[in-house]
Amino acid sequence: MAAKSIISRPVYGTLSPQPGKHHLFVADAEGALAVAEMAERTPPGFFDGAEIVFIPGPDGKHAAALEALKPAQFHQAPSFASLQPRLRQTLANAHMGLRLYLSGTEGLIGQAMQAALEAGIDHTSIQTEHRGSLARRMQCVHCKGITENVTTQPATCAHCGLLLLVRDHYSRRIAAFQGVCINAEDRSEIPPTEEIFR
Amino acid sequence: MSTGTTKLDVVVSDVVPVNDLVTRFHFRRRDGQLLPTFSGGAHVVVEMRDGERTRLNPYSLMGSPLDTREYTISVRRDDVGRGGSLFMHRNVRPGHEMVVSYPVNLFSLDLRAKKHLMLAGGIGITPFMAQTAQLAAEGGNFELHYTCRTASLGTYADLLRERYDRRVRLYHDDLDERIELDRLLSSQPLGTHLYVCGPGGMINWVRERAATLGWPSETVHFEHFAAPQPGLPFDVTLAVTGKTIRVDEQQSLLEAIEAAGVDPPYLCRGGVCGQCETNVISYDGKFIHNDHWLGEEDHRSGCKIMPCVSRFEGRSLVLER
Repeated sequence: MAAKSIISRPVYGTLSPQPGKHHLFVADAEGALAVAEMAERTPPGFFDGAEIVFIPGPDGKHAAALEALKPAQFHQAPSFASLQPRLRQTLANAHMGLRLYLSGTEGLIGQAMQAALEAGIDHTSIQTEHRGSLARRMQCVHCKGITENVTTQPATCAHCGLLLLVRDHYSRRIAAFQGVCINAEDRSEIPPTEEIFR
Repeated sequence: MSTGTTKLDVVVSDVVPVNDLVTRFHFRRRDGQLLPTFSGGAHVVVEMRDGERTRLNPYSLMGSPLDTREYTISVRRDDVGRGGSLFMHRNVRPGHEMVVSYPVNLFSLDLRAKKHLMLAGGIGITPFMAQTAQLAAEGGNFELHYTCRTASLGTYADLLRERYDRRVRLYHDDLDERIELDRLLSSQPLGTHLYVCGPGGMINWVRERAATLGWPSETVHFEHFAAPQPGLPFDVTLAVTGKTIRVDEQQSLLEAIEAAGVDPPYLCRGGVCGQCETNVISYDGKFIHNDHWLGEEDHRSGCKIMPCVSRFEGRSLVLER
């Protein structure tokens, strides 16, 4: 679980079935387990109106567990980028009564939520559950480039090369934590790097 | 003491009968200046000085928020109420000097919405008059479904049809026309927000169907000013100020507290905003809760009361006030 910090740092809950006509799940890697565990508490027929979109982790596991829930639609994608057009299309054609459930890594939850916000869903009405890696999606506040899967503190910007302090300050609009230059006064000062977002 | 609101000295600039039950009142500032800006859904509390008695009733502003030269309200005559609406209908004439509060909005549009779906019942149309004017001016996407008893009591129905054409759908009770609510709610695009204003039963029905059909509570907005109901007189002890007061048949508990010289906070005086929430220290009897603020749990517990609209029947009531 992610530790509590400043108010902008997202906090996640436990997926729970909501009243609704359609249910859209977006999960990656171990996020599948959150969906499977929630399924033990759903009324019969719940998944008849559900769509599950899944991005398997490096170990390729858990897809079978989701298919076993017999959702109306099951779709697998190799990455968030590859499923984004489909997700946007689904949301653009959706009606009120669609409920959204996001589970897995923070990067996945954040990016799927970003697409949902653009479609007019309030972030507080989205069910989320964090599972798996704490790796962060980080925006460099200097060059605005996004670096994916940041696990260290500090971290190097993949775009401009600055050494950045990864803050808990999070932007829902761009779905990323903010990275601020850690040695702006003296670039020769290199603090030790620790792997803390595992 | 009305929290965060200051009073405005106004003069009645026009009084226009709209139909058998509804009359419209126009207010301008006595000093000729523009009135404060407001947004669609806002209300003002109108002070009605009726001899010895002062009533304070909330009314939605129904004019366009783009025009702050005047405020307009529409008052439906209630022949069995506590007399506020009758006072407005019988006593208030052009030139009458009155005091109204600054506008307060407890029913504002969520401008992040992709679409605004509005459901009005009867005199509940008034906040939508202002909201539709606000949205139409900025090209907003809205749809208004308006239920009234008969065509002749469909206050502003013709005007709304004329202004917004097919964006307004009318339903007449006497012709047995009913909103197909489930179908309407299920066919709205994602990102729609729902607004409902009308009788309590209608609001409860719409909220219940919306929740069941999967509308998140953040997308469902409602406003129902509960008019304070008359009832049996009762005695109350105010523990903090050490006063014992009697609440008359036609008086609200809040009005009785104010008449005793105690100045509790208030904002809407209609059981909606929560400002006048008061702790109960002890009681022997039963509460008649009429507010929309406290939850069922609070109503059952007997620990809290909203003195603007709720009453009490029994032997004793002690309030932390």
